[in-house]
Amino acid sequence: MFAFQIIVILFCLYAALRVWQKMKVRGLNRRWAIFWLVFWLGVGLVVALPWTTSLLAARLGVTRGVDLVVYIAIIALFYFIFRLTVKIEKLEGNITKLVREVALKDQTKG
Amino acid sequence: MRVAVVIPAYNEEKAIGKVIKEVRACCSHVFVVDDGSNDATAEVARAAGAMVLRHVLNRGQGAALATGIAAALESGADIIVTFDADGQMDPKDIASLVAPIEAGLCDVALGSRFLVRHCEEAEGRRGNPGRDRFAGVRDDNKERQRMPLIRKLTLKVALAFTQLTTGLKLTDTHNGLRAFSRQAAFDLELHCDRMAHASEILEEINRHGWRYREVPVHIRYTEYSMKKGQKLSGAFKILRDLIMSSWTRE
Repeated sequence: MFAFQIIVILFCLYAALRVWQKMKVRGLNRRWAIFWLVFWLGVGLVVALPWTTSLLAARLGVTRGVDLVVYIAIIALFYFIFRLTVKIEKLEGNITKLVREVALKDQTKG
Repeated sequence: MRVAVVIPAYNEEKAIGKVIKEVRACCSHVFVVDDGSNDATAEVARAAGAMVLRHVLNRGQGAALATGIAAALESGADIIVTFDADGQMDPKDIASLVAPIEAGLCDVALGSRFLVRHCEEAEGRRGNPGRDRFAGVRDDNKERQRMPLIRKLTLKVALAFTQLTTGLKLTDTHNGLRAFSRQAAFDLELHCDRMAHASEILEEINRHGWRYREVPVHIRYTEYSMKKGQKLSGAFKILRDLIMSSWTRE
């Protein structure tokens, strides 16, 4: 096993532990916690046993395991960007509501 | 009927005073929404006799309009007119916009640069019988000829887009001079904070099935208003805002 693999596996274990702690202490949403646990353990598994991706890739019709990981990563990143953009839009809307309420209240006072 | 004029303003200290004075000559209830300006817009507007609402943060013209409309409704306005702060609109047109709503002919009146009045220029020149004294006829010879080609093309695309998305067949789009009946203003839901609110208003007209009509208005292009006006790139921002708003709307 290469040093790179050991470092990434240790990091994945640390990240999974942090998710677990957050779920227990700060009440992180259970569904999100399970998602992140599976994600980090999955990354750890793929780094420890790289051939597992080739196995899955062959089943999905992708030539190399590494390609499959890259495809999934790109799709996942796009999805997260979309979620973040929608969330930001909602926040913007809430800020506007707040600013409007303040403006209307101040006018009533004045 | 009580008419209120809502003017959203952002960094308009140079123009707002004169605009308010002109508007107040036609209508005494003027609401200025200072949209987080960095200059003395609010002070100048207050000194000129307007009711001033202040956004502590800049939220965009659509957001400022919605705030002004809410304040005008609270004050008991029967008809609400939206007006720009840069001085390019003619306050004399307010009466033309209000008249068809007052007469119960429509719920929303939209200003159009490309129409002329039946009773004035058009009737004499084209021999139009003028069946509807509030409506106008298309005037291709004045405004359109003055526009640069790129603006003409943008306008054509915008009109086609408007017709496609809202079903409204208009001669002008994104004209900030409009009037709403109290009920229409009350039911109006604006989600687009920035420039896309103008398209959103047309969508609302379609969604609620409001009776609308276009009214000829005169736009005074000054060096100041042209400098402050929208750029072509704004069209893409508007499109983006419309898409985002339809995705995030609950």
